[in-house]
Amino acid sequence: MCDTCGCSADGGAVLRKPGESDYLMYVSDGNHGYTHHHAGEEHHSSANVQGEHHDHAHDYHHHESITRKIVLEQDVLQKNNLLAERNRGYFEARHIFALNFLSSPGSGKTTLLEIIIPLLQQRIPVAVIEGDQQTTNDADRIHALGVPVIQINTGSGCHLDALMVNRAVKELEVQDNSLLCIENVGNLVCPALFDLGEALKVVIISVTEGDDKPLKYPTMFHEADLCILNKIDLLPYVEFDVAKCRENAMRVNHHLEWFEVSAKSGEGLAILLEWLEHRLSHH
Amino acid sequence: MHEMSIAMSIVESVVAHAQKEGALRISGVELLVGKLAGIEAESLKFCFSAAAAGTLAAKALLVVEEPEGVGECGECGMRFQVTFYYAECPKCRSLRITIVSGEEFLIQSITIEEEGEQENV
Repeated sequence: MCDTCGCSADGGAVLRKPGESDYLMYVSDGNHGYTHHHAGEEHHSSANVQGEHHDHAHDYHHHESITRKIVLEQDVLQKNNLLAERNRGYFEARHIFALNFLSSPGSGKTTLLEIIIPLLQQRIPVAVIEGDQQTTNDADRIHALGVPVIQINTGSGCHLDALMVNRAVKELEVQDNSLLCIENVGNLVCPALFDLGEALKVVIISVTEGDDKPLKYPTMFHEADLCILNKIDLLPYVEFDVAKCRENAMRVNHHLEWFEVSAKSGEGLAILLEWLEHRLSHH
Repeated sequence: MHEMSIAMSIVESVVAHAQKEGALRISGVELLVGKLAGIEAESLKFCFSAAAAGTLAAKALLVVEEPEGVGECGECGMRFQVTFYYAECPKCRSLRITIVSGEEFLIQSITIEEEGEQENV
């Protein structure tokens, strides 16, 4: 939290822990005036500047205001990207394999985690960061598995960013040689742009969505490393062309690893787990 | 929706630069937003004016240059203009296309107003 005015920075994002109703941490980088501005302060400085200029305009000893162009060529997402690289370095040094799970709301990210975490935990410690606008519902579900979990509530925010993950990791106490699952805010648009420092991006779609989703939201599928098609147990009841969906996904990103699973029935999970374990052992 | 948080970070960044340069105000900001950058330029312009209110950039003119996407074929090496990620090579019909430009997202430059030398009248 901001010490001066008490406002919450970074779009009002907060961290919460399941079972600890008193725990509430504001995401803020503590560097005042950089992460956020106090409207009042800005206003004062702006007013001063305008006031000065006004005086000059009536001054017979002209202080001509001159214009100058400054070339910056600075990446707009530089701040996030630099912090993401810091996260990545931290993860690499401590052999933490971080996965960023991305999807529309309701495609089964949390259910998939509930199924694969107990299986993966037999060979590697697992920790989870949950991202949602509000509630600790998802973190509560993961907490029930007995793994360390922290909830990021983004408030008005539509995605997780590297700063939120940086803060969450510090609060979570992730073990060395472990798997960190980051469940992003359910959204197929914005989270694609924000690197969190993960090793891999995992995009999940379900058969109750359209098979043209990769074409409708190409940025996400272009950024992803693997794509998991979930809820395949429902295929007999829905109009969904798996081959077409896969082809669409591959057209957007021909490096995409493709998996077909049902978190409910367990179908296809063995192949996914085998692939993940292979990546873990080569991490 | 992410355009708003991005607009705020752009304003933060250009104001910090302008303050370092001792500017009275920022009169212009030039952005380079590739057509494949995942940013809606119109939405960004709208958000920028809201994010800039009450700052040194409040009256800044935002100019957005939008370079076209260019893909390179992994089979035959041909370079061609692409509008989306799922491009097909016009020459050999391959889908193994790598995007080589159009994903840029940069603050190119800012134009600041500063106090000039005192002139004797």
